[in-house]
Amino acid sequence: MNIFQIISEIEKVDPEVYDRLDSRRSIFKHMSGMGKTLAAAAVPMAFGAVLNKAYAQTSMAPGVNDVLNFALKLEYLEAAFYNQGLGAMGATATAVQTALRAGFSATNLAALEKIRNDETAHVAFLRTALGTNAIDAPAANTFDFTGGKGGTPGPFATVFTAPATFLAVAQALEDTGVRAYKGGAPYLASNKDVLTAALNIHSVEARHASRIRTMRRAGAMNNAASQTAAAGTDRSASPKSWVSGNDGGGPAPAQTAPVYAMGAAPAYTPAVITFPGEENVTQGGVNLQTALSSLNFPAAAFSEAFDEALPVPVVSDIARTFVITGSTFI
Amino acid sequence: MSKITKAGGDDTGFDKPLYVPIKRRSFFMYAGATAGATALLLSGCDDDEVFPDPAAPTPPVTPTPGATTVSVGSGDVGVLNYAYALEQLEAAFYTQLRTGSYYTGLNASSAERQILDDLYYHEVIHREFFKAAITGAAPTAIIKDLTPNFSAINFNDRASVLGAAKAFEDLGVSAYNGAGRFISTTGNGPLYLLLAGKIVSVEARHAAIIRDLLQEGNFVGTDVINSSGLEISKTPTEVVAAANTFLAEGSKLNVSGLV
Repeated sequence: MNIFQIISEIEKVDPEVYDRLDSRRSIFKHMSGMGKTLAAAAVPMAFGAVLNKAYAQTSMAPGVNDVLNFALKLEYLEAAFYNQGLGAMGATATAVQTALRAGFSATNLAALEKIRNDETAHVAFLRTALGTNAIDAPAANTFDFTGGKGGTPGPFATVFTAPATFLAVAQALEDTGVRAYKGGAPYLASNKDVLTAALNIHSVEARHASRIRTMRRAGAMNNAASQTAAAGTDRSASPKSWVSGNDGGGPAPAQTAPVYAMGAAPAYTPAVITFPGEENVTQGGVNLQTALSSLNFPAAAFSEAFDEALPVPVVSDIARTFVITGSTFI
Repeated sequence: MSKITKAGGDDTGFDKPLYVPIKRRSFFMYAGATAGATALLLSGCDDDEVFPDPAAPTPPVTPTPGATTVSVGSGDVGVLNYAYALEQLEAAFYTQLRTGSYYTGLNASSAERQILDDLYYHEVIHREFFKAAITGAAPTAIIKDLTPNFSAINFNDRASVLGAAKAFEDLGVSAYNGAGRFISTTGNGPLYLLLAGKIVSVEARHAAIIRDLLQEGNFVGTDVINSSGLEISKTPTEVVAAANTFLAEGSKLNVSGLV
């Protein structure tokens, strides 16, 4: 058995295998020591244990490339969503795509195409940034945006035929992206240029989320979406352009509640960082709603004024809603 | 034609901010808890060439001879003061906006009224948050209450008001994005970075809807993002060059400590 052949094979799937093995545990030094005392047949088993440690991602804080590749996965997911629904930039739309496009007003369709183009550009940027470390684009059938995981169409069965469903899924994806970049930023801080680039994507995702929400409350066919006020108190059906409280669990609460809920902090999380739900009104240890009660502002304003972050494992769980069973892409 | 509402900060209540004492004892109670956090950070990206070095810093704005400027200071407190200064400016703008005939003439149930009310709430909350945060973390280093100069804005005119709102919101987003690199990676640094992130995405949501109100579908444009779909961040020097045009003499900002 040739361990280095195995590692070479793994590298084809996971370009970071050497980093995982080497930078985290000085593993090769460790291995050579073992090799002297263990029978050759036992080495593969020991190696397997080493791999398990290297891939036990929750035990170690993500590195810069880990965060960037995770961001790249989310951008692949988002780009695939808009490309599948609307047709890729410059491509001839299919009959189904043409029908969906016809369900949006001219300004809304143009907005969605702008968002699609931005997400495609984010993929290209992150791939260039990561260079040979960039994970490959997933196979076309990796995603199932109905939420059916590749089987019977799921709760969003009409995602590419009903404009309202398309916008509901888009809102969940964009709001998730905003929370994900926020959660990843602290792990990029060692490289100031990478950090700035990630922040510069983060705010664009927030602009996208704002526009999708504006379109959702006005309706897909409205050509002046920004002129529609949020109606009533049901922020699930009629969202503001920002997250208000937990938005009643978002556009489809049974599926999207985790997008707006708190997230469990992985063990590696610095003590100063927590992941409350979007309804949170306590920042830096101060309950702002209580401390600023004399302002007599609406209660919702104190949660709206701050977006919240989510950690990688929670974002992964959310993203897997749209990944087929058996795929290990996310 | 209705009379022009007096522009300027003196009678808007900004000089007498909505002061609310805040319980500060719990603020940043985690000081020092992340001393080891940077040890967890792994090596950087190998492909630095796609992240070109920021342009060589331009010299600090030369203050008017004889006029004093407000230095935000340096380090994490400098970044917090910098954010506090911008939030003071935004909050003052949305406060004064409420006195102009454009705002007062809006239907109470209109989208624009709802949006501008929310932006007023959010920015005042941001301002008060930073006031409490800096007072708790570095009470002797907090900058003073700034005096704005909004004489260039006609608060009775929709295009003038929304144009200014767009400028403030876009500027805020580019400022927060450009300031992240000045936050430390130790101590409370990761918390400050996260808090800045919590605010900047709300500013970006604001910017998007204000831009949509001015021109439907213009929530993001080539004036604020580059060809890779990344927001164009601004250095503190670039930001205060714009912000200082809305601040009175004696309240103009000096960010030379942020390096």
